[in-house]
Amino acid sequence: MNIIETDKNALLVTPEGELDHHLAGKMRTEIDKKLGRGIINIIFDFSHLSFMDSSGIGMIMGRYKRIQKLGGRVIIAAPKPQVKRIIEMSGLLGIIQISPSVKQALRKL
Amino acid sequence: MENKFNMEFMGLSENEALARTVTAAFITSLDPTVEELSELKTAVSEAVTNAIVHAYPDGVGMVGLSGRICGKKVYITVSDTGIGIDDIERAREPLYTGKPEQERSGLGFSIMESFCDQIDVKSKCGSGTVVTLIKQIGGNKGEE
Ligand SMILES: Nc1ncnc2c1ncn2[C@@H]1O[C@H](COP(=O)(O)OP(=O)(O)OP(=O)(O)O)[C@@H](O)[C@H]1O
Ligand SMILES: [Mg+2]
Repeated sequence: MNIIETDKNALLVTPEGELDHHLAGKMRTEIDKKLGRGIINIIFDFSHLSFMDSSGIGMIMGRYKRIQKLGGRVIIAAPKPQVKRIIEMSGLLGIIQISPSVKQALRKL
Repeated sequence: MENKFNMEFMGLSENEALARTVTAAFITSLDPTVEELSELKTAVSEAVTNAIVHAYPDGVGMVGLSGRICGKKVYITVSDTGIGIDDIERAREPLYTGKPEQERSGLGFSIMESFCDQIDVKSKCGSGTVVTLIKQIGGNKGEE
């Protein structure tokens, strides 16, 4: 997993492989270390993610709640079909936007 | 065709990937579509994660995973010997979670149900839970 700070006060988080309860725990810890201190937005780049289950949804929801308090936004970029399907099933789309690419996600901020 | 496997692993989060990989390898002979494969892997991941995060609140317990192929039907059973579920009907309700403070959203059983043809849950308080996922791979859903 790669985490970098970009312009627009955003954290660009790029997990690889499979986002299950195991990886979700690591992502939660790493991301929460960086929130606040100027960072108020998160872009999840899911272009390298081949799998996600409900633990990923829980992790995204949890980060959304924190970001909301900071007045920022969470955007999911480039999810593959399996991942997109889980996101759609979860109702997450009511509160979090999907962008086709990181570039376009950045433009939305 | 007919095939079976049976294994047991420690309820550690790194073993969630193991359970998905074994399941995927087990059904290869049925030549599943990409969609069928990811549906079954996701359902197994939900059941195994539940056994790991909910069944053993005081530590790490063993999780059982077994599979059976009967014709085109696959049966995957995930079992634990943990605390059990006191109200199965409520647990299976969409969005019900016993652990909202752990960032759980209560989607696990709903995902298992929509990604399998049928799921069967047996549980006894204090002695554990057995979840069986049933899914037909390939072919017309009507034919056996
Ligand atoms: N193996 C198990 N042992 C004990 N309790 C369980 C087990 N599996 C499920 N439960 C109970 O059933 C509830 C619902 O499970 P479900 O998978 O639908 O949601 P969740 O695990 O809470 O959240 P999510 O799956 O979205 O992360 C759990 O919160 C837990 O209380
Ligand atoms: Mg669950």
